[in-house]
Amino acid sequence: MSGYTFAEKALARAAGIAAARAGDILDVAPDVMFSHDNTAAIRRIFEQIGAPGIRYPERTLFTLDHAVPAPTTQHAQNHAEIRAWAAAQDIRWFEVGRGICHQVISEEALVLPAETILGSDSHTTHFGWLGAFGMGVGRTEMAALWATGQLWLRVPEALQITLTGRLQPGVTAKDSALRIIGDLGMSGGEYRSVEFVGDGVASLSVDQRPVLTNMMAEFGAMNAYMPPDQIVFDYLEARRTREYTPLYPDSDASYNQRYTLDLSALEAQIALPHQPDNVAPLSAAVGQPVQQAFLGTCTNGRYEDLAAAADVLRGRHVATRMIVIPASAEVMRRAAETGVLATLIEAGAAINTPGCGPCMGNHMGIPAPNETTISSGSRNFRGRMGTADAPVYLANPYVVAASAVAGCIADPREFLA
Amino acid sequence: MSKHRVWVYGGNVNTDVIFPGKYTYTLKTPEEIAAHALEDLDPSFAGQAQPGDVIVAGCNWGCGSSREQGVTALKYAGVRAIIAESFGGLYYRNCINQGVLPVICTGLLKRVRSGDEIELDVDNATLQVSGQRFAFARLSPSVQAILDAGGLLPMLQRRFSA
Ligand code: SF4
Repeated sequence: MSGYTFAEKALARAAGIAAARAGDILDVAPDVMFSHDNTAAIRRIFEQIGAPGIRYPERTLFTLDHAVPAPTTQHAQNHAEIRAWAAAQDIRWFEVGRGICHQVISEEALVLPAETILGSDSHTTHFGWLGAFGMGVGRTEMAALWATGQLWLRVPEALQITLTGRLQPGVTAKDSALRIIGDLGMSGGEYRSVEFVGDGVASLSVDQRPVLTNMMAEFGAMNAYMPPDQIVFDYLEARRTREYTPLYPDSDASYNQRYTLDLSALEAQIALPHQPDNVAPLSAAVGQPVQQAFLGTCTNGRYEDLAAAADVLRGRHVATRMIVIPASAEVMRRAAETGVLATLIEAGAAINTPGCGPCMGNHMGIPAPNETTISSGSRNFRGRMGTADAPVYLANPYVVAASAVAGCIADPREFLA
Repeated sequence: MSKHRVWVYGGNVNTDVIFPGKYTYTLKTPEEIAAHALEDLDPSFAGQAQPGDVIVAGCNWGCGSSREQGVTALKYAGVRAIIAESFGGLYYRNCINQGVLPVICTGLLKRVRSGDEIELDVDNATLQVSGQRFAFARLSPSVQAILDAGGLLPMLQRRFSA
Protein backbone atom coordinates (compact mmCIF):
# COMPACT_ATOMS: atom_id res chain seq x y z
CA MET A 1 0.00 0.00 0.00
CA SER A 2 1.38 3.37 -0.97
CA GLY A 3 2.04 6.23 1.40
CA TYR A 4 -0.09 9.34 1.78
CA THR A 5 -0.02 12.63 -0.10
CA PHE A 6 -0.06 15.93 1.77
CA ALA A 7 -3.74 16.42 0.91
CA GLU A 8 -4.65 12.97 2.26
CA LYS A 9 -2.84 13.68 5.51
CA ALA A 10 -4.06 17.26 5.94
CA LEU A 11 -7.71 16.44 5.29
CA ALA A 12 -7.66 13.40 7.56
CA ARG A 13 -6.33 15.71 10.26
CA ALA A 14 -9.01 18.33 9.56
CA ALA A 15 -11.71 15.66 9.68
CA GLY A 16 -10.34 14.24 12.92
CA ILE A 17 -9.77 10.76 11.53
CA ALA A 18 -6.71 8.52 11.36
CA ALA A 19 -6.33 8.28 7.59
CA ALA A 20 -8.00 9.23 4.33
CA ARG A 21 -7.50 8.40 0.67
CA ALA A 22 -8.13 10.33 -2.53
CA GLY A 23 -11.81 10.00 -3.38
CA ASP A 24 -13.00 9.80 0.22
CA ILE A 25 -15.60 12.32 1.21
CA LEU A 26 -15.02 13.88 4.59
CA ASP A 27 -16.65 16.43 6.83
CA VAL A 28 -13.79 18.79 7.41
CA ALA A 29 -13.55 21.34 10.21
CA PRO A 30 -11.10 24.02 9.03
CA ASP A 31 -8.77 25.78 11.45
CA VAL A 32 -9.47 29.10 9.75
CA MET A 33 -12.33 30.46 7.61
CA PHE A 34 -12.13 33.84 5.97
CA SER A 35 -14.02 36.13 3.65
CA HIS A 36 -13.38 39.65 2.38
CA ASP A 37 -15.51 42.32 0.74
CA ASN A 38 -17.96 39.52 -0.12
CA THR A 39 -18.74 39.08 3.60
CA ALA A 40 -21.97 41.12 3.42
CA ALA A 41 -23.28 38.97 0.54
CA ILE A 42 -22.42 35.82 2.49
CA ARG A 43 -24.26 37.21 5.48
CA ARG A 44 -27.42 37.48 3.38
CA ILE A 45 -27.20 33.76 2.55
CA PHE A 46 -26.30 32.96 6.15
CA GLU A 47 -29.47 34.64 7.36
CA GLN A 48 -31.58 32.30 5.23
CA ILE A 49 -30.03 29.33 7.03
CA GLY A 50 -31.50 30.38 10.34
CA ALA A 51 -28.43 29.60 12.47
CA PRO A 52 -28.22 31.49 15.77
CA GLY A 53 -24.78 32.94 15.00
CA ILE A 54 -21.33 32.15 13.69
CA ARG A 55 -20.38 28.79 15.19
CA TYR A 56 -16.65 29.44 15.68
CA PRO A 57 -16.05 33.19 15.79
CA GLU A 58 -12.47 32.57 16.91
CA ARG A 59 -11.74 30.64 13.68
CA THR A 60 -13.39 33.23 11.45
CA LEU A 61 -11.74 36.28 9.87
CA PHE A 62 -12.78 39.14 7.61
CA THR A 63 -10.60 41.49 5.58
CA LEU A 64 -11.53 44.63 3.70
CA ASP A 65 -9.30 44.60 0.64
CA HIS A 66 -11.07 44.26 -2.69
CA ALA A 67 -12.20 47.86 -3.12
CA VAL A 68 -10.35 49.96 -0.56
CA PRO A 69 -10.62 52.79 0.33
CA ALA A 70 -14.24 52.60 -0.83
CA PRO A 71 -14.47 54.01 -4.37
CA THR A 72 -18.26 54.50 -4.32
CA THR A 73 -21.09 54.97 -1.86
CA GLN A 74 -22.19 51.38 -2.54
CA HIS A 75 -18.76 50.01 -1.66
CA ALA A 76 -18.71 52.18 1.47
CA GLN A 77 -22.11 50.82 2.46
CA ASN A 78 -20.87 47.28 1.87
CA HIS A 79 -17.86 47.92 4.13
CA ALA A 80 -20.08 49.49 6.79
CA GLU A 81 -22.30 46.39 6.85
CA ILE A 82 -19.24 44.17 7.24
CA ARG A 83 -17.83 46.22 10.13
CA ALA A 84 -21.20 46.08 11.91
CA TRP A 85 -21.49 42.32 11.33
CA ALA A 86 -17.94 41.75 12.63
CA ALA A 87 -18.78 43.72 15.77
CA ALA A 88 -22.08 41.88 16.29
CA GLN A 89 -20.46 38.44 15.91
CA ASP A 90 -17.18 39.35 17.61
CA ILE A 91 -15.07 38.46 14.57
CA ARG A 92 -11.48 39.58 14.09
CA TRP A 93 -11.22 41.73 10.99
CA PHE A 94 -8.73 43.90 9.16
CA GLU A 95 -9.46 47.48 8.24
CA VAL A 96 -8.99 49.19 4.88
CA GLY A 97 -5.28 49.62 4.17
CA ARG A 98 -3.98 46.61 6.10
CA GLY A 99 -3.68 44.66 2.87
CA ILE A 100 -4.89 41.75 0.72
CA CYS A 101 -6.42 38.81 2.61
CA HIS A 102 -3.83 36.18 1.59
CA GLN A 103 -0.88 38.42 2.41
CA VAL A 104 -2.31 39.71 5.70
CA ILE A 105 -3.27 36.26 6.99
CA SER A 106 0.24 35.03 6.13
CA GLU A 107 1.93 37.98 7.85
CA GLU A 108 -0.20 37.61 10.94
CA ALA A 109 0.57 33.85 10.98
CA LEU A 110 -3.14 33.16 11.44
CA VAL A 111 -2.77 29.85 9.63
CA LEU A 112 0.14 27.50 10.27
CA PRO A 113 1.71 24.46 8.63
CA ALA A 114 -0.59 21.40 8.45
CA GLU A 115 -3.69 23.49 9.17
CA THR A 116 -6.68 23.82 6.86
CA ILE A 117 -7.90 27.22 5.73
CA LEU A 118 -11.00 27.78 3.60
CA GLY A 119 -11.65 31.20 2.10
CA SER A 120 -14.36 32.63 -0.11
CA ASP A 121 -11.67 33.56 -2.61
CA SER A 122 -10.29 31.40 -5.40
CA HIS A 123 -6.67 32.25 -4.57
CA THR A 124 -6.88 30.55 -1.17
CA THR A 125 -4.51 27.96 -2.70
CA HIS A 126 -1.96 30.64 -1.66
CA PHE A 127 -1.52 29.21 1.85
CA GLY A 128 0.22 26.13 0.52
CA TRP A 129 3.41 28.17 0.72
CA LEU A 130 3.19 27.75 4.50
CA GLY A 131 2.56 24.03 4.20
CA ALA A 132 -1.15 24.54 4.92
CA PHE A 133 -4.16 23.15 3.04
CA GLY A 134 -5.82 26.20 1.47
CA MET A 135 -8.87 25.97 -0.76
CA GLY A 136 -11.38 28.45 -2.14
CA VAL A 137 -15.09 27.93 -1.52
CA GLY A 138 -18.29 29.52 -2.78
CA ARG A 139 -20.47 31.97 -0.90
CA THR A 140 -23.11 29.38 0.04
CA GLU A 141 -20.32 27.16 1.32
CA MET A 142 -18.86 29.95 3.44
CA ALA A 143 -22.32 30.65 4.90
CA ALA A 144 -22.55 26.93 5.76
CA LEU A 145 -19.11 27.10 7.38
CA TRP A 146 -20.16 30.05 9.53
CA ALA A 147 -23.25 28.12 10.61
CA THR A 148 -21.65 24.76 11.36
CA GLY A 149 -17.87 25.09 11.30
CA GLN A 150 -17.76 22.17 8.85
CA LEU A 151 -17.86 21.50 5.15
CA TRP A 152 -17.86 18.30 3.11
CA LEU A 153 -14.81 17.83 0.89
CA ARG A 154 -13.69 15.11 -1.47
CA VAL A 155 -10.05 14.25 -0.86
CA PRO A 156 -8.32 15.16 -4.15
CA GLU A 157 -5.94 13.13 -6.26
CA ALA A 158 -2.50 14.71 -6.42
CA LEU A 159 -0.06 16.02 -9.00
CA GLN A 160 3.59 16.31 -8.02
CA ILE A 161 5.65 19.16 -9.45
CA THR A 162 9.41 18.90 -8.98
CA LEU A 163 11.34 22.16 -9.14
CA THR A 164 15.07 21.77 -9.70
CA GLY A 165 17.92 24.27 -9.88
CA ARG A 166 17.86 27.97 -9.20
CA LEU A 167 16.35 30.97 -11.02
CA GLN A 168 18.54 33.22 -13.20
CA PRO A 169 18.71 36.96 -12.39
CA GLY A 170 15.63 38.77 -13.67
CA VAL A 171 13.62 35.53 -13.71
CA THR A 172 11.22 34.92 -10.81
CA ALA A 173 8.76 32.42 -9.38
CA LYS A 174 6.14 34.15 -11.54
CA ASP A 175 7.86 32.84 -14.64
CA SER A 176 7.80 29.31 -13.27
CA ALA A 177 4.08 29.60 -12.49
CA LEU A 178 3.36 30.91 -16.00
CA ARG A 179 5.45 28.13 -17.54
CA ILE A 180 3.59 25.40 -15.64
CA ILE A 181 0.19 26.82 -16.58
CA GLY A 182 1.33 27.40 -20.15
CA ASP A 183 2.60 23.82 -20.47
CA LEU A 184 -0.30 21.99 -18.86
CA GLY A 185 -3.17 24.42 -19.49
CA MET A 186 -5.66 26.28 -17.32
CA SER A 187 -7.38 23.09 -16.23
CA GLY A 188 -4.14 21.11 -15.94
CA GLY A 189 -4.55 21.02 -12.18
CA GLU A 190 -7.84 19.10 -12.61
CA TYR A 191 -8.99 20.04 -9.12
CA ARG A 192 -6.12 18.09 -7.64
CA SER A 193 -3.67 18.80 -4.88
CA VAL A 194 -0.60 20.29 -6.55
CA GLU A 195 2.34 19.28 -4.37
CA PHE A 196 5.70 20.89 -5.04
CA VAL A 197 8.97 19.20 -4.17
CA GLY A 198 12.65 19.47 -5.01
CA ASP A 199 15.71 21.61 -4.33
CA GLY A 200 14.20 24.36 -6.46
CA VAL A 201 11.54 24.94 -3.76
CA ALA A 202 14.20 25.38 -1.09
CA SER A 203 15.92 28.02 -3.23
CA LEU A 204 12.84 30.25 -3.21
CA SER A 205 12.39 33.06 -0.66
CA VAL A 206 9.31 33.73 1.48
CA ASP A 207 8.22 36.36 -1.04
CA GLN A 208 8.63 34.05 -4.05
CA ARG A 209 7.00 30.87 -2.78
CA PRO A 210 3.44 32.23 -2.54
CA VAL A 211 3.55 33.34 -6.19
CA LEU A 212 3.48 29.68 -7.22
CA THR A 213 0.90 28.40 -4.77
CA ASN A 214 -1.29 31.47 -5.40
CA MET A 215 -1.26 31.07 -9.17
CA MET A 216 -2.23 27.43 -8.97
CA ALA A 217 -5.77 28.89 -8.88
CA GLU A 218 -5.24 29.66 -12.58
CA PHE A 219 -4.30 26.00 -13.03
CA GLY A 220 -7.60 24.65 -11.69
CA ALA A 221 -5.97 23.16 -8.59
CA MET A 222 -8.02 22.45 -5.47
CA ASN A 223 -5.04 23.34 -3.28
CA ALA A 224 -1.30 23.70 -3.61
CA TYR A 225 1.46 22.73 -1.20
CA MET A 226 5.12 23.35 -0.57
CA PRO A 227 7.05 21.46 2.09
CA PRO A 228 7.76 23.97 4.85
CA ASP A 229 11.46 24.29 5.78
CA GLN A 230 13.60 26.47 8.04
CA ILE A 231 12.87 29.54 5.91
CA VAL A 232 9.15 29.16 6.68
CA PHE A 233 9.71 28.26 10.34
CA ASP A 234 11.86 31.39 10.80
CA TYR A 235 9.22 33.54 9.13
CA LEU A 236 6.53 32.23 11.45
CA GLU A 237 8.55 32.24 14.65
CA ALA A 238 8.10 35.86 15.67
CA ARG A 239 4.54 36.03 14.39
CA ARG A 240 2.68 32.93 15.50
CA THR A 241 0.55 32.59 18.61
CA ARG A 242 0.11 28.80 18.67
CA GLU A 243 2.12 25.63 18.18
CA TYR A 244 2.19 23.54 15.04
CA THR A 245 3.56 20.30 13.65
CA PRO A 246 4.31 20.42 9.94
CA LEU A 247 3.01 17.71 7.61
CA TYR A 248 4.92 16.18 4.74
CA PRO A 249 3.77 13.72 2.08
CA ASP A 250 5.22 10.22 2.28
CA SER A 251 8.03 9.51 -0.17
CA ASP A 252 5.95 6.66 -1.63
CA ALA A 253 2.72 8.67 -1.84
CA SER A 254 0.75 8.07 -5.00
CA TYR A 255 0.61 10.88 -7.56
CA ASN A 256 -1.39 10.39 -10.72
CA GLN A 257 0.88 12.76 -12.65
CA ARG A 258 4.40 14.11 -12.28
CA TYR A 259 5.93 17.17 -13.90
CA THR A 260 9.43 18.61 -13.57
CA LEU A 261 10.61 22.16 -14.18
CA ASP A 262 14.27 23.16 -14.20
CA LEU A 263 14.40 26.68 -12.77
CA SER A 264 17.99 27.20 -13.97
CA ALA A 265 16.98 26.88 -17.61
CA LEU A 266 13.89 29.07 -17.28
CA GLU A 267 13.65 32.39 -19.11
CA ALA A 268 11.21 35.23 -18.41
CA GLN A 269 7.69 34.35 -19.59
CA ILE A 270 4.62 36.38 -20.45
CA ALA A 271 0.91 35.55 -20.59
CA LEU A 272 -0.61 37.14 -23.67
CA PRO A 273 -4.23 38.29 -23.75
CA HIS A 274 -6.76 36.93 -22.77
CA GLN A 275 -5.93 33.80 -20.79
CA PRO A 276 -3.30 33.02 -18.19
CA ASP A 277 -2.32 29.85 -20.07
CA ASN A 278 -1.62 31.79 -23.26
CA VAL A 279 2.03 31.81 -22.28
CA ALA A 280 5.05 32.58 -24.45
CA PRO A 281 8.68 33.47 -23.80
CA LEU A 282 8.92 37.19 -23.02
CA SER A 283 10.70 37.81 -26.34
CA ALA A 284 7.43 37.05 -28.17
CA ALA A 285 5.88 40.26 -26.83
CA VAL A 286 8.88 42.63 -26.59
CA GLY A 287 8.12 45.92 -28.34
CA GLN A 288 4.35 45.77 -27.79
CA PRO A 289 3.36 49.32 -26.71
CA VAL A 290 1.73 49.63 -23.26
CA GLN A 291 -0.17 52.55 -21.75
CA GLN A 292 -0.14 51.32 -18.16
CA ALA A 293 2.11 49.24 -15.93
CA PHE A 294 0.58 47.75 -12.78
CA LEU A 295 2.67 46.29 -9.97
CA GLY A 296 0.72 44.73 -7.12
CA THR A 297 -1.80 41.96 -6.17
CA CYS A 298 -1.63 38.94 -3.88
CA THR A 299 0.41 37.24 -6.60
CA ASN A 300 3.20 39.82 -6.93
CA GLY A 301 2.82 42.78 -4.56
CA ARG A 302 5.33 41.75 -1.89
CA TYR A 303 8.53 43.47 -0.80
CA GLU A 304 10.83 41.60 -3.20
CA ASP A 305 8.52 42.48 -6.07
CA LEU A 306 8.73 46.18 -5.23
CA ALA A 307 12.49 45.88 -4.73
CA ALA A 308 12.84 44.16 -8.13
CA ALA A 309 11.02 47.05 -9.76
CA ALA A 310 13.22 49.52 -7.89
CA ASP A 311 16.33 47.76 -9.24
CA VAL A 312 15.09 48.48 -12.74
CA LEU A 313 13.82 51.99 -12.02
CA ARG A 314 16.74 53.38 -9.97
CA GLY A 315 17.98 56.52 -11.69
CA ARG A 316 15.39 56.18 -14.47
CA HIS A 317 11.95 57.60 -15.16
CA VAL A 318 8.84 55.84 -16.41
CA ALA A 319 7.68 56.61 -19.95
CA THR A 320 4.12 55.49 -19.24
CA ARG A 321 1.99 55.62 -16.10
CA MET A 322 2.89 53.07 -13.48
CA ILE A 323 0.61 52.08 -10.59
CA VAL A 324 2.21 50.43 -7.56
CA ILE A 325 0.02 48.85 -4.87
CA PRO A 326 1.84 47.05 -2.06
CA ALA A 327 0.08 43.84 -1.03
CA SER A 328 0.02 44.95 2.59
CA ALA A 329 0.85 47.74 5.01
CA GLU A 330 3.82 45.68 6.21
CA VAL A 331 5.20 45.50 2.67
CA MET A 332 4.69 49.25 2.28
CA ARG A 333 6.40 50.06 5.58
CA ARG A 334 9.41 47.92 4.75
CA ALA A 335 9.67 49.45 1.28
CA ALA A 336 9.59 52.88 2.93
CA GLU A 337 12.32 51.93 5.41
CA THR A 338 14.73 50.57 2.81
CA GLY A 339 14.32 53.38 0.29
CA VAL A 340 12.56 51.18 -2.28
CA LEU A 341 9.44 53.30 -2.08
CA ALA A 342 11.41 56.50 -2.62
CA THR A 343 13.07 54.98 -5.69
CA LEU A 344 9.69 54.08 -7.14
CA ILE A 345 8.25 57.52 -6.43
CA GLU A 346 11.31 59.30 -7.87
CA ALA A 347 10.92 57.21 -11.03
CA GLY A 348 7.38 58.54 -11.39
CA ALA A 349 5.30 55.61 -10.08
CA ALA A 350 1.96 56.33 -8.38
CA ILE A 351 1.64 54.55 -5.02
CA ASN A 352 -1.81 53.46 -3.79
CA THR A 353 -3.36 52.06 -0.63
CA PRO A 354 -2.56 48.36 -0.02
CA GLY A 355 -5.37 46.19 -1.41
CA CYS A 356 -6.47 44.61 -4.68
CA GLY A 357 -6.72 47.90 -6.59
CA PRO A 358 -7.46 47.40 -10.30
CA CYS A 359 -6.70 43.64 -10.28
CA MET A 360 -10.37 42.78 -10.74
CA GLY A 361 -11.42 46.08 -12.17
CA ASN A 362 -12.77 47.85 -9.11
CA HIS A 363 -10.74 51.06 -9.18
CA MET A 364 -7.31 52.75 -9.01
CA GLY A 365 -6.05 51.89 -12.46
CA ILE A 366 -8.89 50.89 -14.80
CA PRO A 367 -7.61 51.08 -18.38
CA ALA A 368 -9.39 53.07 -21.08
CA PRO A 369 -10.78 51.12 -24.06
CA ASN A 370 -7.95 49.90 -26.29
CA GLU A 371 -5.29 50.71 -23.72
CA THR A 372 -2.85 47.90 -23.00
CA THR A 373 -1.69 47.06 -19.48
CA ILE A 374 1.30 45.04 -18.37
CA SER A 375 0.44 43.62 -14.95
CA SER A 376 2.12 41.57 -12.26
CA GLY A 377 -1.27 40.02 -11.38
CA SER A 378 -2.58 36.54 -12.04
CA ARG A 379 -5.52 36.92 -14.42
CA ASN A 380 -5.86 38.56 -17.81
CA PHE A 381 -9.32 37.45 -18.86
CA ARG A 382 -11.15 39.85 -21.13
CA GLY A 383 -12.58 42.61 -18.98
CA ARG A 384 -10.75 41.49 -15.82
CA MET A 385 -9.39 44.98 -15.14
CA GLY A 386 -12.77 46.59 -15.72
CA THR A 387 -12.68 47.38 -19.46
CA ALA A 388 -13.50 44.79 -22.11
CA ASP A 389 -11.33 45.98 -24.98
CA ALA A 390 -8.21 46.61 -22.95
CA PRO A 391 -5.66 43.80 -23.33
CA VAL A 392 -3.69 42.71 -20.27
CA TYR A 393 -0.29 40.99 -20.35
CA LEU A 394 0.99 39.18 -17.25
CA ALA A 395 4.65 39.13 -16.34
CA ASN A 396 7.11 39.34 -13.46
CA PRO A 397 7.83 42.63 -11.63
CA TYR A 398 11.15 43.25 -13.44
CA VAL A 399 9.33 43.08 -16.76
CA VAL A 400 6.53 45.35 -15.52
CA ALA A 401 9.07 47.99 -14.43
CA ALA A 402 11.20 47.68 -17.57
CA SER A 403 8.08 48.06 -19.72
CA ALA A 404 7.07 51.18 -17.78
CA VAL A 405 10.48 52.72 -18.55
CA ALA A 406 10.43 51.70 -22.21
CA GLY A 407 6.74 52.45 -22.88
CA CYS A 408 6.51 49.04 -24.48
CA ILE A 409 7.01 45.48 -23.27
CA ALA A 410 10.72 45.23 -22.61
CA ASP A 411 13.33 42.72 -21.51
CA PRO A 412 14.56 43.83 -18.06
CA ARG A 413 18.06 42.42 -18.58
CA GLU A 414 19.16 45.56 -20.39
CA PHE A 415 18.22 47.60 -17.31
CA LEU A 416 19.80 45.28 -14.78
CA ALA A 417 23.31 45.11 -16.21
CA MET B 1 -35.70 2.68 -9.38
CA SER B 2 -36.70 5.52 -11.69
CA LYS B 3 -36.84 6.00 -15.45
CA HIS B 4 -35.26 8.93 -17.24
CA ARG B 5 -34.82 10.26 -20.72
CA VAL B 6 -31.17 10.79 -21.70
CA TRP B 7 -29.33 13.67 -23.35
CA VAL B 8 -25.87 12.59 -24.51
CA TYR B 9 -22.87 14.93 -24.81
CA GLY B 10 -19.12 14.52 -25.19
CA GLY B 11 -16.07 15.30 -23.10
CA ASN B 12 -14.64 18.53 -21.66
CA VAL B 13 -17.95 20.38 -21.76
CA ASN B 14 -17.14 23.65 -19.95
CA THR B 15 -19.37 25.93 -17.91
CA ASP B 16 -19.26 28.65 -20.57
CA VAL B 17 -21.27 26.48 -22.96
CA ILE B 18 -23.46 25.15 -20.13
CA PHE B 19 -24.36 28.68 -19.09
CA PRO B 20 -22.77 31.55 -21.04
CA GLY B 21 -20.75 34.01 -18.96
CA LYS B 22 -22.40 37.00 -20.62
CA TYR B 23 -25.61 36.28 -18.67
CA THR B 24 -24.07 35.84 -15.24
CA TYR B 25 -24.90 39.28 -13.90
CA THR B 26 -28.08 40.06 -15.80
CA LEU B 27 -30.18 36.91 -15.34
CA LYS B 28 -31.17 36.25 -11.75
CA THR B 29 -34.21 33.95 -11.49
CA PRO B 30 -33.61 30.22 -11.94
CA GLU B 31 -36.26 30.07 -14.68
CA GLU B 32 -34.51 32.79 -16.72
CA ILE B 33 -31.20 31.03 -16.21
CA ALA B 34 -32.67 27.68 -17.30
CA ALA B 35 -33.92 29.20 -20.55
CA HIS B 36 -30.25 29.50 -21.64
CA ALA B 37 -29.08 26.07 -20.48
CA LEU B 38 -26.53 24.55 -22.89
CA GLU B 39 -27.26 27.34 -25.34
CA ASP B 40 -23.86 27.23 -27.03
CA LEU B 41 -23.66 23.42 -27.09
CA ASP B 42 -27.17 22.25 -27.97
CA PRO B 43 -29.68 25.00 -28.77
CA SER B 44 -32.52 22.44 -28.78
CA PHE B 45 -31.98 21.47 -25.16
CA ALA B 46 -33.61 24.30 -23.21
CA GLY B 47 -36.86 24.13 -25.18
CA GLN B 48 -37.20 20.35 -25.06
CA ALA B 49 -35.82 19.26 -21.68
CA GLN B 50 -38.42 17.66 -19.39
CA PRO B 51 -38.47 17.28 -15.62
CA GLY B 52 -36.61 14.08 -14.76
CA ASP B 53 -34.21 14.07 -17.72
CA VAL B 54 -30.60 13.10 -17.17
CA ILE B 55 -27.39 13.99 -18.97
CA VAL B 56 -24.77 11.42 -19.98
CA ALA B 57 -21.37 12.84 -20.87
CA GLY B 58 -17.68 12.13 -21.24
CA CYS B 59 -14.80 13.27 -19.09
CA ASN B 60 -14.40 16.57 -17.23
CA TRP B 61 -18.04 17.72 -17.39
CA GLY B 62 -18.37 21.28 -16.09
CA CYS B 63 -14.70 22.29 -16.29
CA GLY B 64 -13.74 25.96 -16.40
CA SER B 65 -15.39 28.73 -14.40
CA SER B 66 -16.83 27.94 -10.98
CA ARG B 67 -20.13 29.64 -11.72
CA GLU B 68 -22.93 28.01 -9.77
CA GLN B 69 -25.44 28.86 -12.53
CA GLY B 70 -23.93 26.02 -14.60
CA VAL B 71 -25.84 23.67 -12.31
CA THR B 72 -28.83 25.96 -11.69
CA ALA B 73 -29.53 26.17 -15.43
CA LEU B 74 -29.76 22.39 -15.84
CA LYS B 75 -31.59 21.85 -12.56
CA TYR B 76 -34.38 24.24 -13.45
CA ALA B 77 -34.51 22.87 -17.00
CA GLY B 78 -35.52 19.62 -15.29
CA VAL B 79 -32.26 17.66 -15.06
CA ARG B 80 -32.18 15.27 -12.09
CA ALA B 81 -28.79 13.67 -12.58
CA ILE B 82 -25.61 14.10 -14.57
CA ILE B 83 -23.76 10.91 -15.41
CA ALA B 84 -20.22 11.58 -16.63
CA GLU B 85 -16.88 9.82 -16.85
CA SER B 86 -15.47 12.59 -14.64
CA PHE B 87 -16.38 16.09 -13.47
CA GLY B 88 -14.66 19.44 -13.04
CA GLY B 89 -14.14 19.61 -9.27
CA LEU B 90 -16.01 22.82 -8.60
CA TYR B 91 -18.90 21.68 -10.78
CA TYR B 92 -19.15 18.44 -8.84
CA ARG B 93 -19.39 20.38 -5.58
CA ASN B 94 -21.97 22.71 -7.07
CA CYS B 95 -24.11 19.71 -8.14
CA ILE B 96 -24.23 18.32 -4.62
CA ASN B 97 -24.77 21.71 -3.01
CA GLN B 98 -27.70 22.37 -5.34
CA GLY B 99 -29.23 18.92 -5.09
CA VAL B 100 -28.45 17.53 -8.55
CA LEU B 101 -27.08 13.97 -8.47
CA PRO B 102 -23.59 13.65 -10.03
CA VAL B 103 -22.77 10.07 -11.06
CA ILE B 104 -19.29 9.03 -12.12
CA CYS B 105 -19.62 6.09 -14.51
CA THR B 106 -17.32 4.92 -17.28
CA GLY B 107 -18.32 2.83 -20.25
CA LEU B 108 -21.88 4.10 -20.45
CA LEU B 109 -21.32 6.83 -23.02
CA LYS B 110 -20.80 4.40 -25.90
CA ARG B 111 -23.98 2.50 -25.05
CA VAL B 112 -26.57 5.28 -25.14
CA ARG B 113 -27.97 7.82 -27.53
CA SER B 114 -29.98 10.96 -26.88
CA GLY B 115 -33.61 10.06 -26.35
CA ASP B 116 -32.90 6.60 -24.91
CA GLU B 117 -34.39 5.65 -21.59
CA ILE B 118 -32.24 4.84 -18.61
CA GLU B 119 -33.19 3.25 -15.30
CA LEU B 120 -31.51 4.69 -12.27
CA ASP B 121 -31.42 2.88 -8.95
CA VAL B 122 -29.79 5.25 -6.52
CA ASP B 123 -30.33 3.01 -3.48
CA ASN B 124 -28.34 0.22 -5.07
CA ALA B 125 -25.96 2.52 -6.97
CA THR B 126 -26.67 0.95 -10.34
CA LEU B 127 -28.13 2.06 -13.62
CA GLN B 128 -29.46 0.09 -16.55
CA VAL B 129 -29.77 0.86 -20.22
CA SER B 130 -31.03 -1.57 -22.92
CA GLY B 131 -30.65 -4.46 -20.53
CA GLN B 132 -27.07 -3.65 -19.57
CA ARG B 133 -26.22 -2.81 -15.95
CA PHE B 134 -23.60 -0.39 -14.71
CA ALA B 135 -22.54 0.05 -11.12
CA PHE B 136 -21.33 3.36 -9.80
CA ALA B 137 -19.76 4.50 -6.56
CA ARG B 138 -22.21 5.43 -3.84
CA LEU B 139 -22.03 8.89 -2.39
CA SER B 140 -20.94 9.00 1.21
CA PRO B 141 -23.92 9.15 3.60
CA SER B 142 -23.19 12.77 4.54
CA VAL B 143 -23.15 13.88 0.90
CA GLN B 144 -26.22 11.80 0.07
CA ALA B 145 -27.99 13.60 2.90
CA ILE B 146 -27.26 16.96 1.25
CA LEU B 147 -28.72 15.71 -2.03
CA ASP B 148 -31.76 14.22 -0.34
CA ALA B 149 -32.44 17.56 1.33
CA GLY B 150 -32.38 19.29 -2.06
CA GLY B 151 -29.01 20.96 -1.52
CA LEU B 152 -26.83 22.58 1.09
CA LEU B 153 -29.04 25.58 1.86
CA PRO B 154 -32.32 23.63 2.34
CA MET B 155 -30.46 21.03 4.40
CA LEU B 156 -29.12 23.66 6.76
CA GLN B 157 -32.47 25.43 6.90
CA ARG B 158 -34.08 22.22 8.06
CA ARG B 159 -31.35 21.54 10.55
CA PHE B 160 -31.61 24.93 12.16
CA SER B 161 -35.41 25.09 12.19
CA ALA B 162 -35.70 21.69 13.87
S1 SF4 C 1 -5.26 40.90 -5.62
FE1 SF4 C 1 -6.55 40.21 -7.31
S2 SF4 C 1 -6.33 37.99 -7.33
FE2 SF4 C 1 -5.60 38.70 -5.33
S3 SF4 C 1 -7.37 38.55 -3.93
FE3 SF4 C 1 -7.33 40.64 -4.81
S4 SF4 C 1 -8.67 40.56 -6.61
FE4 SF4 C 1 -8.15 38.43 -6.07
